[in-house]
Amino acid sequence: MTYLIQGDTGDWEVVIGLEVHAQVSSEAKLFSGSPTAFGAEPNTQVSLVDAAMPGMLPVINKFCVEQAVKTGLGLQAAINLHSVFERKNYFYADLPQGYQISQYQHPIVGEGTVILDMPDGTSREIGIERLHMEQDAGKSMHDQDPKRSFIDLNRAGVCLMEIVSKPDLRSPEEAGVFVRKLRSILRYLGTCDGNMEQGSMRADVNVSVRHPGETEYRTRAEIKNVNSVRFIMQAIEVEAARQVETWEAGDEVVQETRLFDPDRAETRSMRAKEFAHDYRYFPDPDLLPVDLDQAFVDGIAAALPELPDAKKERFIADFGLSAYDAGVLVADRETAAFFENVAEGRDAKQAANWLTTNLFGALNAAGKDIAESPVSAAQLGELLDLMADATISGRIAKDVFEEMFETSKDPGAIVEEKGLKQITDTGAIEAAVDQVINDNPGQADEVRGGNDKAIGWFVGQVMKATQGKANPQMVNQLLRDKLKG
Amino acid sequence: MAKLNDLTLAEARDGLAAGDFSAVELAEDCIAAMEAARDLNLFITETPEIARERAAQSDARRAAGGAHGAMDGIPIAVKDLFCTEGVLTTAASHILDGFHPPYESTVSQNLIDAGAVMLGKTNLDEFAMGSANMTSYYGPVKNPWVGAAGEDLVPGGSSGGSVAAVAANVCPGSTGTDTGGSIRQPASLCGVVGLKPTYGRCSRWGIVAFASSLDQAGPFARTVRDSAIMLKAMAGHDPKDSTSAPVEVPDFEAAITGDVKGLRVGIPKEYTLDGMPAEIQALWDRGAEWLKQQGAEIVPVSLPHTKYALPAYYIVAPAEASSNLARYDGVRYGLRVDGDSLDEMYENTRGAGFGAEVRRRVMIGTYVLSAGYYDAYYVKAQQVRTKILNEFKQTFADVDVLLTPTAPNAAFPIGAKMDDPVAMYLNDIFTVPANMAGLPGISVPAGLDADGLPLGLQIVAKPFDEETMFRAADALERAAEFTAKPKYLGGQGG
Repeated sequence: MTYLIQGDTGDWEVVIGLEVHAQVSSEAKLFSGSPTAFGAEPNTQVSLVDAAMPGMLPVINKFCVEQAVKTGLGLQAAINLHSVFERKNYFYADLPQGYQISQYQHPIVGEGTVILDMPDGTSREIGIERLHMEQDAGKSMHDQDPKRSFIDLNRAGVCLMEIVSKPDLRSPEEAGVFVRKLRSILRYLGTCDGNMEQGSMRADVNVSVRHPGETEYRTRAEIKNVNSVRFIMQAIEVEAARQVETWEAGDEVVQETRLFDPDRAETRSMRAKEFAHDYRYFPDPDLLPVDLDQAFVDGIAAALPELPDAKKERFIADFGLSAYDAGVLVADRETAAFFENVAEGRDAKQAANWLTTNLFGALNAAGKDIAESPVSAAQLGELLDLMADATISGRIAKDVFEEMFETSKDPGAIVEEKGLKQITDTGAIEAAVDQVINDNPGQADEVRGGNDKAIGWFVGQVMKATQGKANPQMVNQLLRDKLKG
Repeated sequence: MAKLNDLTLAEARDGLAAGDFSAVELAEDCIAAMEAARDLNLFITETPEIARERAAQSDARRAAGGAHGAMDGIPIAVKDLFCTEGVLTTAASHILDGFHPPYESTVSQNLIDAGAVMLGKTNLDEFAMGSANMTSYYGPVKNPWVGAAGEDLVPGGSSGGSVAAVAANVCPGSTGTDTGGSIRQPASLCGVVGLKPTYGRCSRWGIVAFASSLDQAGPFARTVRDSAIMLKAMAGHDPKDSTSAPVEVPDFEAAITGDVKGLRVGIPKEYTLDGMPAEIQALWDRGAEWLKQQGAEIVPVSLPHTKYALPAYYIVAPAEASSNLARYDGVRYGLRVDGDSLDEMYENTRGAGFGAEVRRRVMIGTYVLSAGYYDAYYVKAQQVRTKILNEFKQTFADVDVLLTPTAPNAAFPIGAKMDDPVAMYLNDIFTVPANMAGLPGISVPAGLDADGLPLGLQIVAKPFDEETMFRAADALERAAEFTAKPKYLGGQGG
């Protein structure tokens, strides 16, 4: 659905481009052997190279290059066999070298595509402009001391991929879906863990507005370092509204860097002076250009895992799932694998239902993700099997599932332990039916007199008498035979 | 008996091997010479304790039959641009005050592994930026040679302390670095052999960077043979330096065969400068004649882009330096001069920490990389560099080595050329092209000027063909029969 802002001068559309910084999943940093684990004590993961000691030299981590190529392939992008690391020069206390090693004129990955599945069932193709590799800076801590700032260099030198979209996004919702989709692809590839709360993924958001039909883009503002999907969407919303107001007041939007303040739900200009950098990029003379051979790229391509788009198609084709269910199940790699384990050799639609309603519901309520699920795929499969062979009814199955979620026990054991096995012995059910009819002659007469609704009451009584274990179809049939036959 | 510090490196090696003296005795004589020569201001840091300890270890190895080879027990001086573990490393800059690296540069580690004995860290131009050793925070180095009127002369630069230590017979060898001529030019001005190997031959890891694409370590020694022995110990592939070449290190000494028959020696006509002293032209002609007499073929060649090498160098080198020196910000090590804000602290620290020449080059480098100037300066300079490289490649299809003067003048008085940076920069006019193209080059003392000051000739060879370079240099050395000695020898003024 088109996202338009109603202004006094007419409708406005919003034009959004994202620069997503994704931390490459790797044991070591981009140019040093230091570890990259999150949450370590400050300055414990810093090598001589990271601290920019005199005479120290960067040596590229080949695994990071592989990860970037893999990501490029996952974004259906062109891989540039020749790429160059350059120095981006600026002074800051958490940038020990006084420059960031980044790629500028010759990035490792060129143009690609990400397909968005919108909740309304439509899909959108978003262009990727480029992907380049760069080092992260350290962290300045201004809240440790009233007068001094402290520096933690643990992050300094960690490998980031900057993934730049084309300005193809047209609503906060699309931006949100884009980031989620990108994160999903990166997680499938294993090239970034996508943990935004740990800073593994963050985005710079470029926003401009224009009247529909205008062919040129108007001046954009860049909102720096937004670190959650929700904030990205909110930031776009408030920034677009601000720009519409600005234009409509007869003012100009200026090209600048802004910060999003989620507490006040507004964006604020960062002082221009501080960020009026001339970065003086030039090729890093300490590093050779990265020249890959096609065989290296082909090797990575051949080992790519199935990605969400392909998996979704397969789920629809092989399992007969709806596009919506398939989309939900493939969004997360672990969920998709869990589903496939449950669905294998079983009723796939039923498996999808149990996952999306019962399991997701329980996990949500417990604040857990699929990896922490107390119910394994094998156990959920067994539960479906118990229903399929009529060992238990669907209603009992829900109780069993609750117990499984509580205790992680196998469903068979729970059914056994609690004696929940469905009664399918005609004699036993008949005895129960006869008992209930005999105990309630008045109601029996009503049924015989033609009140079919009262049969339901009898079914309930029989189920109650058998603690829910009687096969409901059989109870129904027997009651009809006996009262109306 | 002559003092042991007067021995050449090969003589010292042979004497140690024969048991004529011990490494400790050799080190003691060198330490004494070092202390006696303090007036020359050769060393920023003397490390006699380290020298004695390593010499004793060397003797112990030798006694146990496990000497490490030619360099074992040989005293050397190390340019204070090489980081040395636990030993003050300054780059002759105020900004590195108190910096004791917790690591050893690859080249100096290679020398330690080969058994060399470090006497101390030598003075240099600040961050190796200079051609006269006049920009050091620790003051100028005096050339052991003195002027006709007895005036103090510069040793050249930037490796002024290292070259003068070898010239003054403080030690038989020392390390230098050469970004635009910082080994070969001072070697010429001090009458010793100095060479810059092919870019990538020696690791740059642990050497305080000046201009990364040009910096190379190399040795000073009193003979070509000595410099071949020492280079062998310094060189080798280092995975910690991405620009270090994964090639084998040949036995350079074995390449000195004495035979240059059929060697094709190129004489580039563009190296004849207007206003160059006639005696330098004459020496160059004599050098060609010497090689010809030994059976080499003299080939006139043309390198028309040579004249652009120096201007292009003074764009590329400052550009890289401006970025390489950004890390000296007062945050983590060295000097810090506080300020009311981070920016003010930077300004105070770098303003106080860097000398005038370093500030000039940082400014030039910052300027040529700036938006709007980058294409006109940096990109153009890189294009020139490519042209120079291609020109050398074509020329080396026809010749094996080039013969040129090393410097356009002999040593000049301390304080001269200080008011005109360009006049100073012109001292590197013959040496810079080899840096721009990454080629090996060696300066061999070949004669004296009218004032009795040494002059060198330079042999430039193909990439990774130091062996041919040494062979040609040896032929020059033998023909030149350079035996003149400076006034200050072994620290004793004559």
